Amino acid sequence: MGTILEMRAITKTFPGVRALDHVNLSVQEGEIHALVGENGAGKSTLMKVLSGVYPHGSYEGEIHYAGSLAQFSGIHDSEAKGIIIIHQELALVPLLSIAENLFLGNEVAQGGVINWQETYRRTEKLLAKVGLHEPPTATVDTLGVGKQQLIEIAKALAKDVRLLILDEPTAALQENDSQKLLDLLLELKAQGITSILISHKLNEVSRVADNITVIRDGTSVSTIPRAEITEDRIIRDMVGRDMAHRYPERDRRPGEVIMEVKNWNAFHPEHRERQVIKNVSFNVRKGEIVGIAGLMGSGRTELAMSLFGRSYGRNISGEVRINGQAVDCSSVVKAVDSGLAYVTEDRKALGLVLEEPIQWNISLANLAGIAVNGVINRHREQDVAEGYRKAMNIRTPSVFQKVVNLSGGNQQKVVLSKWLFTEPKVLILDEPTRGIDVGAKFEIYGLMNRLADEGRAVVMISSEMPELLGMCDRIYVMNEGELVGELTSAEASQERIMSLIVTH
Amino acid sequence: MTDQTAGAAGKKSGMNVNLRENGMLMALVAIVVFFVVIVRAMLGVDFLSAQNITNLFLQNSYVIIMALGMLLVIVAGHIDLSVGSVAAFTGAVSAVLVLNLGWPTFAVIPTVLIIGGLIGAAQGYWIAYWRIPSFIVTLAGMLVFRGLTLWLLGGQNVGPFPKSFQLLSTGFVPDMFGVGKPNLTALLVVAIAAAILIWIGWRARKRNEAYGLAQEPDSLFWIRNLIVTAALIFVGYKLASFRGLPNVLVVMAVLIVLYAFFTEATTTGRRIYAIGGNLKAAKLSGINTERLTFLTFVNMGVLAALAGMIVTARLNSATPKAGVGFELDVIAAVFIGGASMSGGSGKIVGVVVGAFIMGVMNNGMSILGIGIDYQQVIKGLVLLAAVIFDVYNKSKS
Repeated sequence: MGTILEMRAITKTFPGVRALDHVNLSVQEGEIHALVGENGAGKSTLMKVLSGVYPHGSYEGEIHYAGSLAQFSGIHDSEAKGIIIIHQELALVPLLSIAENLFLGNEVAQGGVINWQETYRRTEKLLAKVGLHEPPTATVDTLGVGKQQLIEIAKALAKDVRLLILDEPTAALQENDSQKLLDLLLELKAQGITSILISHKLNEVSRVADNITVIRDGTSVSTIPRAEITEDRIIRDMVGRDMAHRYPERDRRPGEVIMEVKNWNAFHPEHRERQVIKNVSFNVRKGEIVGIAGLMGSGRTELAMSLFGRSYGRNISGEVRINGQAVDCSSVVKAVDSGLAYVTEDRKALGLVLEEPIQWNISLANLAGIAVNGVINRHREQDVAEGYRKAMNIRTPSVFQKVVNLSGGNQQKVVLSKWLFTEPKVLILDEPTRGIDVGAKFEIYGLMNRLADEGRAVVMISSEMPELLGMCDRIYVMNEGELVGELTSAEASQERIMSLIVTH
Repeated sequence: MTDQTAGAAGKKSGMNVNLRENGMLMALVAIVVFFVVIVRAMLGVDFLSAQNITNLFLQNSYVIIMALGMLLVIVAGHIDLSVGSVAAFTGAVSAVLVLNLGWPTFAVIPTVLIIGGLIGAAQGYWIAYWRIPSFIVTLAGMLVFRGLTLWLLGGQNVGPFPKSFQLLSTGFVPDMFGVGKPNLTALLVVAIAAAILIWIGWRARKRNEAYGLAQEPDSLFWIRNLIVTAALIFVGYKLASFRGLPNVLVVMAVLIVLYAFFTEATTTGRRIYAIGGNLKAAKLSGINTERLTFLTFVNMGVLAALAGMIVTARLNSATPKAGVGFELDVIAAVFIGGASMSGGSGKIVGVVVGAFIMGVMNNGMSILGIGIDYQQVIKGLVLLAAVIFDVYNKSKS
């Protein structure tokens, strides 16, 4: 086992920015090498250099791959050598079958005519390799994200991969799918395939990685061998400071009940007989952060969206009380008027108008707040946005920046600003720190604490249990559309939550 | 040092914002100059004669009026292919009301506008509340209303119309000062309009300055205003020396100002852009996306009806062939004007410039006697070039 990849002193500059500054990366043959770092640290840029997206000549430094100097002029060159990247956004065609996707651009064909028998035979072999039991003719859109991820890996295997690069493969996966994927990586390793794993999830990284290279601000900070891996060590290298407290401290003084939901029911919008939310009742107090734990698909997002103006489901029934008064939440406008705000889990698709500037997005849910008789006062709008930019520490040269240019953490702050501008009493935050780097996460936690201190109530839906345990005063556990338990922060632990889920 | 660079960067971004708009304006000016030179050289006549300028407005008014509504439809992420047929149908309806039933003009105009609104509602209903793709609904509308036009007119041209109805298109605002030539009212109105334009632009600049906003450099602002003002005064002078301000021009100008204000300064306008920019995010921000989509189509129907009456008045007859291909001119104007196919962006000013680019080319090429075959080819290429210019600009920034 020698060194399969050696990247030496890679420097890549964009106009005005040095994205990579003498980065070194050395990967041993047959290992799983993790690449960690905050968003914008340069991980993706480094991988683009490696795969030839930034061709030879557009960067400085040397890449030695499989014993020779590599000078890729495009992604085809690197793929021909067995380097394959699986991007965060999956590149599958939803309406084509698994088999068609696996061999897309690489068809089993003679003279342009596809040999379907051979295609299906090979597909079945590949699917077996990644442990997926689906017919090769099933269209990809019928599969969940976890399975789609496996298909991406199978697609890489179809191309005789030697070095597999996975960019945040588990970001959209729920716990058990993530585990399966990591197991698969270990299995591929046993078959001699080298992987580079880019991930934010430190527990996963420390589970499977043989070596971890930490990148910070465009330079490689350290390479940590397996024996020395601890989460604290990784975090310290990532953020460049000791993070004794991953969750900021807060005086916990919940007040009286502000929102109460009683016997909430909702049915699936298409499969009408399927009840997605079953008789859910819960409450939140003033100044309290309440968590909703559960696996993906347990109905947490559906609960939040059905509460928020019936944005999900049909045949919704139940009662919502705010400050003891029954309120009408049958449309988004009414929900907002009665003091609810909902920060969606998918901020790009559901939370932001990406091509529009920050100040435009902040005012969107409360245009009346910057308008007189329906006419917008742009200067008032700018004042409001500037106020939130300072209060939320949105890092941007100006509020006229399009939100598409912001990092995930800053985008999330824009979404939060938008909802704070509606003066909500209760904020429902759905996976508020998903895809956000460690530093920005800490800031979001701080903001949540501040909101609670101001006397608002916060409902936090999260798949990351440590975050729920670190932040919440109380945690409801949800499974298959039902609330199956309620734990105070003193009672709660990962084991208790998991056992509540599995024993139901 | 840092302040300087920040200032320079700010100015630069301010220029980028206006690059496209100014670019299209320059293109329009260049096209006009081109025709002035060529028409003079080849035919020895003045392209910008008083009569031809008047013609330019009369010929293009209906395209611009419909383009205002089409911008909203396209910004909301939809398309309306039926406007040509709807214009023909409403023209036919006005013929029936005026000629067969003898209604007076003042009653016909609002009635036909309401009918246009109802047609828009009928199409918008399926698009907004049933989520049927607008391309399909309005393609159906295009066939249906063309058919209804033929049926209503019995396949015949119907006309002529009484004078009062013709005034819609061929009328001119009388000179209040009784001078006649030059028409003092026209001169005065244009001068006032130019002054107001400069004042509004200057006030916005001052306010932006006070707020420290990035904007185009002074020189560019004044050069652009100088060109626009000079063009306005020139056009005003020419119109005044002919027959004065066409009624249509007044209607069109008022509508342009209204729609520019609506799209840029009102909450409802802002919401339409949000729908096109990200439908789901808009919905979850409490915007009634269905109703607004519905209303953009109602609005489009009303404007198509207005255009239909203007065309009918101009031809002085309702014909089954009226408005054939209008939808393409209108949609082309919107895209030349910089709107995005996927919705969420586009400005009224851009649309007006886009419509005039098409209009001036139509007019100029006809004067030069270029055959309809070449005209189509050239217009198609201009549309393509404008959009390529747009995409190129975006990829560069």
